[in-house]
Amino acid sequence: MIVESRKVVMVIGGGIAGIQAAIDLGDMGIKVHLIEKTPSIGGRMAQLDKTFPTNDCSICILAPKMAECFRHPNVTLHTYSEVKEVLGVKGDFSVKVLKKARYVKEAECVGCGDCSAKCPVRVPNEFDFGMRRRGVIYLPYLQAVPMVMTIDRDNCLYLTKGVCKICEKVCTREAIDFEQKDTEIDLNVGAIVVATGFDPFDPTGLSEYGYKRYKNVITALEYERLVCASGPSGGHLIRPSDRKPAEKIAFIQCVGSRDVKNNPYCSTVCCMHSTKEAVLAKEHDSNVQSYVFYMDMRAVGKGFQGYVTRSEEEYGIKYVRGRVAKITEDLERNPIIWCEESDSPTAVKTKVDLAVLATSLIPRRGMEELSKILEIELDAYGFIKTASLEPFDSSREGIFVCGCCREPVDIPESVAQASGAAARAAEIVAGGFS
Amino acid sequence: MEETRIGVFVCRCGTNIGGFLDVPALVDYVKGLPFVVFSQENMYTCSETGLTEIKSAIVEKRLNRVVVASCTPRTHEPLFRSVCKEAGLNPYLFEFVNIRDQCSWVHMQEPEAATEKAKDLIRMGVARAKLLEPQEEIEVGVIPSALVIGGGIAGMTCALSLGDRGFEVILVEREKELGGHLKNLHKLFPIQEDASKLIERKRMDIAKNRNIEVLTSAKVEGINGFFGNFDGTVKQKGKDIPFKAGVIIVATGAEEFKPIGMYGYDGVKVVTQLELERILSEDRLSVKNIVMIQCVGARNEERNYCSKVCCMTALKNAMRILEENPESQIFILYRDMQTYGTFNEDFYRKAREKGVIFVKYSLQKPPVVNKRLVRVFDEFLGEELHLPYDLIVLSTPMIAHPDSDELAKMLKVPIDEYGFFLEAHVKLKPLDFATDGVYLCGSAHWPSTVSESIAQAYGAASRASIPLSRRHVITEPIIAAVDEEKCIGCGLCEIICPFKSIRIEESPNGRIANTIVASCKGCGVCGAACPQKAITMNHFTDEQMLAEVVALTTER
Repeated sequence: MIVESRKVVMVIGGGIAGIQAAIDLGDMGIKVHLIEKTPSIGGRMAQLDKTFPTNDCSICILAPKMAECFRHPNVTLHTYSEVKEVLGVKGDFSVKVLKKARYVKEAECVGCGDCSAKCPVRVPNEFDFGMRRRGVIYLPYLQAVPMVMTIDRDNCLYLTKGVCKICEKVCTREAIDFEQKDTEIDLNVGAIVVATGFDPFDPTGLSEYGYKRYKNVITALEYERLVCASGPSGGHLIRPSDRKPAEKIAFIQCVGSRDVKNNPYCSTVCCMHSTKEAVLAKEHDSNVQSYVFYMDMRAVGKGFQGYVTRSEEEYGIKYVRGRVAKITEDLERNPIIWCEESDSPTAVKTKVDLAVLATSLIPRRGMEELSKILEIELDAYGFIKTASLEPFDSSREGIFVCGCCREPVDIPESVAQASGAAARAAEIVAGGFS
Repeated sequence: MEETRIGVFVCRCGTNIGGFLDVPALVDYVKGLPFVVFSQENMYTCSETGLTEIKSAIVEKRLNRVVVASCTPRTHEPLFRSVCKEAGLNPYLFEFVNIRDQCSWVHMQEPEAATEKAKDLIRMGVARAKLLEPQEEIEVGVIPSALVIGGGIAGMTCALSLGDRGFEVILVEREKELGGHLKNLHKLFPIQEDASKLIERKRMDIAKNRNIEVLTSAKVEGINGFFGNFDGTVKQKGKDIPFKAGVIIVATGAEEFKPIGMYGYDGVKVVTQLELERILSEDRLSVKNIVMIQCVGARNEERNYCSKVCCMTALKNAMRILEENPESQIFILYRDMQTYGTFNEDFYRKAREKGVIFVKYSLQKPPVVNKRLVRVFDEFLGEELHLPYDLIVLSTPMIAHPDSDELAKMLKVPIDEYGFFLEAHVKLKPLDFATDGVYLCGSAHWPSTVSESIAQAYGAASRASIPLSRRHVITEPIIAAVDEEKCIGCGLCEIICPFKSIRIEESPNGRIANTIVASCKGCGVCGAACPQKAITMNHFTDEQMLAEVVALTTER
């Protein structure tokens, strides 16, 4: 007989992997606590414009999943929350979760945004990588779930200096609550699924590429926001320096990846996302000419090679084999790509309007701290170590792993793994069904 | 009769729709349509804001029909229906108008004409919405057992995961023993464990599990029934064994492409990687100079796909050979090394450190093999190399199993252009088929490594366990309804139904057609054929469809 309170699973991370794991478990009749560190679920997929190889709009296919997860009778969402302690053993873990104060009553707030519009302090927004500004009281993005505002305590005038409270005056629903405190929640769960995803590698340290020094050198995730209809430029493909349309674009592969000085591994998804991004540029403006500078074209998944072939033949994207040595800038702030093409002995300089860096996928910030709390081992790169033949099992029994926190993977692989980790967790908490 | 009150929500879908169609003009236009009492636009109707607005409009404006003009019902109809339900409106009083996939996306170059087309589409949707009727969802019991087709690593893992959770499993394998391709492998990548040990472990676990029934030398011959209630027969050694199952998992794997007529392939001096595995496992490799050629029969015009596993297989075998015989000289001729991820790329680096020599060739200048030498144009050096060899190993792609077509027809599921099974959604439903209750894992879906096959197998087990755990499924009430007064029992519908979902039964009023609600797909074939017009398709009545046609042809 299974103790009822143990027929519960905790999922850490509310990106597509965590969402899928939570929905699968919930659908099996297992209670799920989904813990998400930021104010909204959705994760990295919410920041993408389109997805390869079908060019499906990312948020359009993700949003129904987010809604399904939010509405699921067996899933309890804990956003803006972090796992602080995990004691016990497989089948019976005691967990402490810190729920950070939003200073907004979740039950009252409808996310109308009136408060945010009136907030006198504007700070760079994380969702668009600072390409837009947000109020201190804010909604991370339009489709955020839950649809509830959050006050960023580090920048709030009232919380730091004791003055302002404009949001409180503006809110007609009396949803603002500056008295709110961080709270601790105790959970008893039988198994844990970790799905904390990835962060993009910061290429500022690779001075040869000039990121941050040159305005028209951006990262792939910044590019995704730039071409996205709901992004900072309203979907217009313009370069940051002068907001002119970008007509020649270079995509630089393996920035930080396959590089023994930084991340020696392959980040798996970049060949395909750059191909997609180049295709999108052409769809935005048929005059665009894109170049992809790469080492090996890794198009291993279903339909991927065909997608690359189409991008070459139908969209005219030029693939240049060679590792980019450096990027410089001319007086018009055009990035110049220096690359020795591997099949010709000369170095070639290519002048473009915009250079997009396909940066590595690295473990989420805080992974190490979380691994200590969970008492699980990490691999040499800081991803969670799993067994090859039990690909979801961490080093601690009862804790399973899926998605990019175990190794960089694309969306379908994350989804498939999330279901798989859910099955492993279910074997513990719902075992012996008949 | 209740007054019809239709609410219309036009979605901008960011700029997907809003960037091409004049959405405010559409909202304005809609206001003038009959029975429309409310209309508005949303940036994203599917966001929490949009959904909340639908719900409050249903209550506040007393809507009894809701029309959403947006992306596609494929992904979003269930969501909007459930929102209507939450607001107390029967979900079948919801109508979807597709103005993105079928309008803004395909007419990007002609925004004005596209806006006019969107008006037509919405007018049609509104006309149909007026005639919609509430429907009750149908609940069907699920047989709590699974049929797993294929006893390779994917099928074995999936069966074990389900079996461990207490579900009954029938595991069908066409060969004499479980194991699939693992039986042909020597060591496993990248951990260098013996493949035979993994098979042995899985076989033992399966033997110990009382929930799993294994049928080897067996083939699924027929599959009938429907989600939750499949039945059919498995042929084993001439005997027909009937089965019943609530769900079916396809784990039939793939085959190695045989490079007949390529690079002097003879199975002796020029072999495939799989044949090399056998030579290695029998410990009879005694040659020094080995040349491996990647992408043989892959990433070309005929098979324009990367088979994903061959680079790792070549690396694994090369490293194995070097470990046994450090004197060996191994060249790997490749086009792009596909060592994605952490393990694989590490392994590639180790192989280079160990002295495996990698030579990049291009599709345009493939290597040429003669009796003594492999001649290859090295793209990096810009020169032709002449490599003497004792053994050539060809890395050939995995290809779909020749039986997959037949199985696909039996299960009524699609396959892709290369014969691999096609999942329900490339991004978000990688392990489900569009046909409910049928799931997919391993190389039957796409070439996968052992580790990936195991991962997918657990994933498919998870998906399949959902209806098994719930013990029932809800199916759409979009089915054929028979008017007993009009039916003359002629049986035409029974003959032509592709799903065997309508049959003539004796009743007190004589012979009358009866729909099997759980398996009827609502395709409408019977309704079209019925000479008496006795069959109506729920939710797609003649009146509803004609109203759309009339609305289209009536200019407003």
